[in-house]
Amino acid sequence: MTDKNGYEPVIVGFLCNWCSYRAADLAGTARLHYAPNMRPIRVMCSGRIDPTFVLKALREGADGVMIAGCHPGECHYAEGNIKALRRFILLRRTLKQLGVEEERVQLVWASASEGVILAAAVDRMTEQLRELGPLHWQETVIGANGHGEAVSAIAKTELADPVLEVAL
Amino acid sequence: MSDKPKLAMYWASGCGGCEISVLNIGEHILTVDEIFDIAFFPCIADFKVEDVLGYPDGYIDLCLFNGAIRNSENEEMAILLRKKSKVMVAFGSCAYEGCIPALSNLTSKTATLDTVYLNNPSIDNPDGILPQTSYQVPEGELDIPFFYNTVKSLDQVVDVDYYIPGCPPEPHQIWAVLQVVVGGLLEGAPLPPAGSIVGAGDVAVCEECHLEINEKTIARFYRPYEINPDPSLCLLEQGIICMGPATRSGCGALCPQVGMGCRGCYGPMPGVEDQGAKMLTAIASVLEVGGPGDDEHDLDRMVEEAVDTIVDPAGTFYRFSMAHSLLRRTKTNGASKEAVL
Repeated sequence: MTDKNGYEPVIVGFLCNWCSYRAADLAGTARLHYAPNMRPIRVMCSGRIDPTFVLKALREGADGVMIAGCHPGECHYAEGNIKALRRFILLRRTLKQLGVEEERVQLVWASASEGVILAAAVDRMTEQLRELGPLHWQETVIGANGHGEAVSAIAKTELADPVLEVAL
Repeated sequence: MSDKPKLAMYWASGCGGCEISVLNIGEHILTVDEIFDIAFFPCIADFKVEDVLGYPDGYIDLCLFNGAIRNSENEEMAILLRKKSKVMVAFGSCAYEGCIPALSNLTSKTATLDTVYLNNPSIDNPDGILPQTSYQVPEGELDIPFFYNTVKSLDQVVDVDYYIPGCPPEPHQIWAVLQVVVGGLLEGAPLPPAGSIVGAGDVAVCEECHLEINEKTIARFYRPYEINPDPSLCLLEQGIICMGPATRSGCGALCPQVGMGCRGCYGPMPGVEDQGAKMLTAIASVLEVGGPGDDEHDLDRMVEEAVDTIVDPAGTFYRFSMAHSLLRRTKTNGASKEAVL
């Protein structure tokens, strides 16, 4: 599956315990074939997913994040998934301003019986991320960004010491 | 100079409000003058960089560094002052977490220079001249600082001992911190552990705010000009974005109590890495749009419409903390290395 540049998308999946994690389980027991690119993390409810989790996953090397929960109206905790939806839509706008492509963070509704839907969503997202290419936030976006490279001769000669070396 | 402890205060990419806030501690400023020798404080006394270069390492006892790291000069001064100071304090929101200057992390250096020097109705620059870092004049070569693509906080460049949040820090908090430091320097009293955030509380701004909370939810948000808030009720519950729930206390909730939503300048709460993400969560709880009974497609539309009333989410939720947030800056697509620099 790895393409010629050795890039294989990594999706961090936050799946709710009551629906989507069971959908993933079902996809497995039903021996469905789908992309192995999602790393599932079980959470009790999609409403438990703090946007911090998503941002952290993106910064720490994920190419995309999938949030999956029960269909609206079917939440085990009545409306945790509605909260997740509100957060997701606001997060998506915020991420757009931060230059993150819309396909990189997706919300999927998949009930415990919908292994097929979850598997198809993972396949689709994997292909979209393959198109977009790697994210590598830490290396390419944060990076050094020119800091240190242009510090003038004063700093480089007069202050050459361990502190400086760390900073540069 | 006498053997009094040495104080320095320097501004990098900041507005000067932090200096004014220090001078605003009232008659205590006389005590500060009594206790400290001023070693470097360009805002109030005439010092040159050469003076600092001439000091032995660790000569300055307390350095209050304010302003973000925007260009090579800021970074150079941060490195220099770190080397010459025993205690380095990131003073104010810019040095602590980037503040307003770091909002330019939502764009790029190229775009910033373009707006400032090239494409702007008030600009007349037919030859498209941009600032150069070095320039030959008859008297010799002139150097100006190099402008970075990304604004950084002080601790992303040098080691920082303490942080004082706020834009600017409140005078009573500054005085309280100075008393602790003076106690440590003169009487050997214990100082807070390195890396502490000092001069602030450890609960949310809401805890200090006297406006009445009724646990009401809302259907949309209003920009300040669209609404006349009830001065006795929680602003967030009236649909005005107030960063209070996601912001560290210490200011006394000054803004919300005069009808202006908290801007979030005291930074995230203890243990929180990303203030914007937490605010986003709070917004989702107060925004009561759509319910379990609604159709999935209608739900999307309803929430999208409600969220439309928040005009600039990244700039609002990360107004002060962009440089210290998880993602730190915007991704500029396809930028070559030169363009990024």
